[in-house]
Amino acid sequence: MAVLEIRDLHVSVQTEQGSKPILRGVDLTIKKGETHAIMGPNGSGKSTLAYTIAGHPKYTVDSGSITLDGQDVLAMTVDERARAGLFLAMQYPVEIPGVTVTNFLRTAKTAIDGEAPPIRHWIKDVKSSMKNLRMDSTFAERNVNEGFSGGEKKRHEVLQMELLKPTFAVLDETDSGLDVDALKIVSEGVNRAKENTNLGVLLITHYTRILRYIKPDFVHVFVDGRIAEQGGPELADRLEDEGYDRFLVGEATA
Amino acid sequence: MTISAPEATTTKLENTGQLGYKKHTDGGWGLVPIQTRSERFASTNVEDFPAVTGREAVWKLTPIDRVADLIDGPLDGGVYDIDATLVEGVDVRWVDRTDTRIGSAGTPEERASANAWTQFEKALAITVSGEEAKTVRVRRSDLGSGARAAHVILEAKPFSTGLVILANTGSSLLTENVEILVGEGANLTVVTVQQWDDDAVHLASHFTTVGRDARVKHVVVTLGGSVVRVNPSTHLNAQGGEVEALGLYFADAGQHLEQQVYVDHDAPHTRSRVTYKGALQGAGARTVWVGDVLIRQSATGTDSYEQNRNLVLTDGTRADSIPNLEIETGDIAGAGHASATGRFDDEQLFYLQARGIPEEEARRLVVRGFLTEIVQQIGDPELEERLEIAIEEELNGTSLSTDGR
Repeated sequence: MAVLEIRDLHVSVQTEQGSKPILRGVDLTIKKGETHAIMGPNGSGKSTLAYTIAGHPKYTVDSGSITLDGQDVLAMTVDERARAGLFLAMQYPVEIPGVTVTNFLRTAKTAIDGEAPPIRHWIKDVKSSMKNLRMDSTFAERNVNEGFSGGEKKRHEVLQMELLKPTFAVLDETDSGLDVDALKIVSEGVNRAKENTNLGVLLITHYTRILRYIKPDFVHVFVDGRIAEQGGPELADRLEDEGYDRFLVGEATA
Repeated sequence: MTISAPEATTTKLENTGQLGYKKHTDGGWGLVPIQTRSERFASTNVEDFPAVTGREAVWKLTPIDRVADLIDGPLDGGVYDIDATLVEGVDVRWVDRTDTRIGSAGTPEERASANAWTQFEKALAITVSGEEAKTVRVRRSDLGSGARAAHVILEAKPFSTGLVILANTGSSLLTENVEILVGEGANLTVVTVQQWDDDAVHLASHFTTVGRDARVKHVVVTLGGSVVRVNPSTHLNAQGGEVEALGLYFADAGQHLEQQVYVDHDAPHTRSRVTYKGALQGAGARTVWVGDVLIRQSATGTDSYEQNRNLVLTDGTRADSIPNLEIETGDIAGAGHASATGRFDDEQLFYLQARGIPEEEARRLVVRGFLTEIVQQIGDPELEERLEIAIEEELNGTSLSTDGR
């Protein structure tokens, strides 16, 4: 059983004022097939956790470890992590002019699998995944994220997740900026991937509304770079009613 | 609207603190001698031009010491070997200086161009006729290392259609003028490809006139050579004329690749699109793009857009990009310009790597994508494929990941 383990993770980011600590000791264990929701107020370090797992060069790991089935993830380059089975659906995917979606998807799939996918099979997979995500077929010939609407970008992220078939996916505020229809389509995609490949999901979100469509097994509340509270799905319901105030007030008086 | 010469920056301007009081200093470049683009001095006689100092608008970004032989020296203006495909509807022959077409598309505006004009003996004339689409390839591969003058006439008869590829390889020390005459209703594509040897020096001025409702696509592809400067100017002097000017260049260490593009809108309802894209890699790689667009009072209903994009792949390179737009009438459909020169975007790299694509491959994917946009618009699959391979070879020339960041 594949497992992603994060132990006592401390991460900082370089700013003009020097090194600024963001994560202050995060412990988290995700098993394949599980869905963990990470919730928390703005600036609590949720996205930092996502980008640190993926290996963005902006973040420095000061101490702690991330392992995937015992392998040291922090020692891997960004692309090695992806090939090891990690996937990050980004909050703000960048445009890549001149590179078509088709070309990009095929190049990524070839890199992940170590060999080019059988062409007929691949085209069929791409087409059906796009259809499931209600993406027009002309989409494939457009340049990656160029001129995509917010909803199209998020669907394109989920499309990649479905096609690249990672072991663990980190979804960084994939719900933000989506209307309810797009939210449902995106959630269906995540649920399909869970069902088809027994994907482990780390769902990072500010709001509870996506949790109506993607059911978490565990909920962790992030405050000031650590997990302040964790529990089952019922914790999300409580957050919906109460908001994050209780954590923030506690901090202010601490 | 008239544009007066900006004041010299040596003149002390009183600063009253009032916003907008100070005159524009043009970035402190000093005296700017040229007023409007259309008023540049022009002559076919080299003696009419003063000695080049390197401060002239047309020379200030060019390494004049490396092209001195072409600006001043004696030139061999005789015929040279060409290799042209035989195509029905395309006539390729050498003509005398007395050919009536010579001088009908333009006049040199700088000394090297005038030097070529003064000294060429025979002109190569390529004449396209007939409405069926056809492709002709004219290759020059053996020009030798002696200083040479050349003159090319490229005529598309009224309502003709054709694609003319001028391919340049081998060594050369060449200054030349290319006159492109696009007849009424014609549809002509001209592609000039410079894949010279590393030591080649090539200065070219292209003069294009576009007949009524005619369309010309002009493509400049420069990959090889020590100093290569191709300056295409297009005179849209008949109603409904259209030009699409495309360029692609890839400068390696020590290479100077330059293009000064000029579009002169001089008739109603003319349209122009200028898109030049370049990549630079290696110490001393240098590119220059100057894009001048003039919309005259006569050019009502003009639709114009010019842009230049440069992708800097390593340290130690320099890309100059200077778009200029002069508009003399308020009655236009559109006019715009854009210029951007950027490094590889780290976020693009991260995105591709996060999908499992190794760094080196990710960089290639981005550069290839960036330049392919131009290649794809040429319209000749054979040449497009050859250029894709050539770009791939350029990319293999330097390890892209060791860019010192």
